Amino acid sequence: MIWIAIRMLTGDPQKFFGLVFGIAFSTLLITQQLTIFVNLLERGASGVYNVSSADVWVMDPVSRTTDVAYAMPSTALDKVRGVPGVEWAVPHIRANASVRTKDGDLEGVAVIGVDDATLIGLPKNMVEGSVDVLSQPDSVIIDDVGTTRMFPDASPIGERLELNDQRAVIRGIADAIPSFTSTVVLYTKYSNALNFVPGTRNRLSFVLVGKADGLTSQELVDRIEAETGLRARTREQFARDGVDFIIENTGIPLNFGITVALGFIVGVAIVGLTFSLFIRDNIKQFGALKAIGVTNGTIRRMVAAQAGLVGLIGYGLGVLGTVGFIYAFSANPTFKGFYIPWQIPLISLVAVTLILALTGWLALRNVLKTEPASVFR
Amino acid sequence: MSGPAISTRGVTRDFKAGQQTITVLHGIDLDVKAGELTFLVGESGSGKTTLISIMCGILWPTLGEVEVFGTDIYDLSDDDLVEFRLQNIGFIFQQYNLIPSIDAASNAAVPLIAQGMDRHEARKRAVAMLEKLNIGDQAGKLPNQLSGGQQQRVAIARALVHEPRLVVCDEPTAALDAASGRRVMDLLREVAVAEDRACIIVTHDNRIFDMADRILVLEDGKVTHDGKHMPEDH
Ligand SMILES: Nc1ncnc2c1ncn2[C@@H]1O[C@H](COP(=O)(O)OP(=O)(O)O)[C@@H](O)[C@H]1O
Ligand SMILES: [Mg+2]
Repeated sequence: MIWIAIRMLTGDPQKFFGLVFGIAFSTLLITQQLTIFVNLLERGASGVYNVSSADVWVMDPVSRTTDVAYAMPSTALDKVRGVPGVEWAVPHIRANASVRTKDGDLEGVAVIGVDDATLIGLPKNMVEGSVDVLSQPDSVIIDDVGTTRMFPDASPIGERLELNDQRAVIRGIADAIPSFTSTVVLYTKYSNALNFVPGTRNRLSFVLVGKADGLTSQELVDRIEAETGLRARTREQFARDGVDFIIENTGIPLNFGITVALGFIVGVAIVGLTFSLFIRDNIKQFGALKAIGVTNGTIRRMVAAQAGLVGLIGYGLGVLGTVGFIYAFSANPTFKGFYIPWQIPLISLVAVTLILALTGWLALRNVLKTEPASVFR
Repeated sequence: MSGPAISTRGVTRDFKAGQQTITVLHGIDLDVKAGELTFLVGESGSGKTTLISIMCGILWPTLGEVEVFGTDIYDLSDDDLVEFRLQNIGFIFQQYNLIPSIDAASNAAVPLIAQGMDRHEARKRAVAMLEKLNIGDQAGKLPNQLSGGQQQRVAIARALVHEPRLVVCDEPTAALDAASGRRVMDLLREVAVAEDRACIIVTHDNRIFDMADRILVLEDGKVTHDGKHMPEDH
């Protein structure tokens, strides 16, 4: 009977495609929007993820994220270095600046000053050039997304910039996770950064810490906070802080939430209507089957099989569509590094199952209510 | 076989029509024998469809009992009654109600498939039945590729393919011209009437009354005539 159910469905291509389209559309909308949402949120943690070697971030007690930081006096570095369990501690500066390009355009950039000796604070990989270029005077390394933004046509290597009235030369391109706002990032040595960033005292944004063996990051955080009075966060906590900051300070969760809900509602509407129409068109046949001797249980299984087939194909197409979307836009800096966390297809699968269970149940009610005696009417 | 194929005792059926209740059947006592072509005849609205629906187990009587081949069918559980119909009753619906997206053979095979028979085996038997009905060459066609008469034969094949002991048929000739109507009745007599099988045909088509073995006349929910021929005054 399942075979008959499937043939009933596929024998009506218009409704079959309508149903598949409805599910595919919902899946696509939900999966794609959730994917963009999660990836965008994770951008809030990009500053932390780009510095993979730091176990603990130490900052002024009022600092909140890599981008919302209040500078500390340089003595903070020595205080942190004095805490037992700190294997190494290096200074890290993050500041905003304006650059004037050769064409005279003004662009807001983030300047990141990394430890002169160890270069801890640079992204792990380079797209072009080596990290050694920072030893040359006035050198900066630009991030790859910044490159596509500021120099869409030609290589930026060797380009001169005016950075807060100081001369800077781009000598390398880093492979970095873009920030939430895709701001252009210029990496330079800490000592250089002090020249680029105005002000005289208190310019140390963070102290990056590597922990010694034998204690956890959390233990080290507690110890640093107790002994220095500064704020310390583990890598994971600080990444989470960046994500939370976006959640709390932007309309993004609400906007994406609305779109996902719309995807669900549109799915229910399209699939519900089409399913009901399909059932109504076949109500005589279902009635005949009931009279001939098909139980309600079997009818339920038949409709479930129809819903299952539609769900399988529609869901597959929707997820494929999302993968295709991510792939097609992977070259676009806005979508750099986007991936589909495994939870998201699972969520849309649950949504699709809900849509089909709901609409299938509604459609089924009519069939179950049909009196077998109606076939003689 | 001993005893009647169908026996109804005191079958009454009410329908609610808005505020009031109308009684469509008034205490019907009937025995239908196997091996005969039994006609249920009466004016439109006299209760023929209601009675045949009750006799084949798809409509509950308000009062009374129905035995089909010795089984008190309205004493069965819902699922057992469905199973009873599947094993014992063949239906020929007026509108055929064929499934449009499967071919003639598969349509005719539906009762066997519903019984759980392998689809290919079921189709093989259905094709044999279609051949018996002289439309074996149409077995692979979809219902909408068949003429009305051919569709009806597919519906007849579906009613007979599982060799049910009772075949019921509502107004089989209503949509046909006189000659085709008689041909269908000849066909039904040939394939649907057997020693151990009862066949009931509901009709008010006076062109075929002479083809019955037994005619039951229903008037206002009561049986007013029972015989080989129609009463004089009709
Ligand atoms: N489901 C129903 N609800 C209400 N009235 C019904 C229903 N089925 C049949 N009737 C009424 O019962 C009477 C007999 O109907 P039916 O058995 O279809 O007669 P026939 O088949 O002889 O034309 C009619 O008056 C009809 O309106
Ligand atoms: Mg009728």
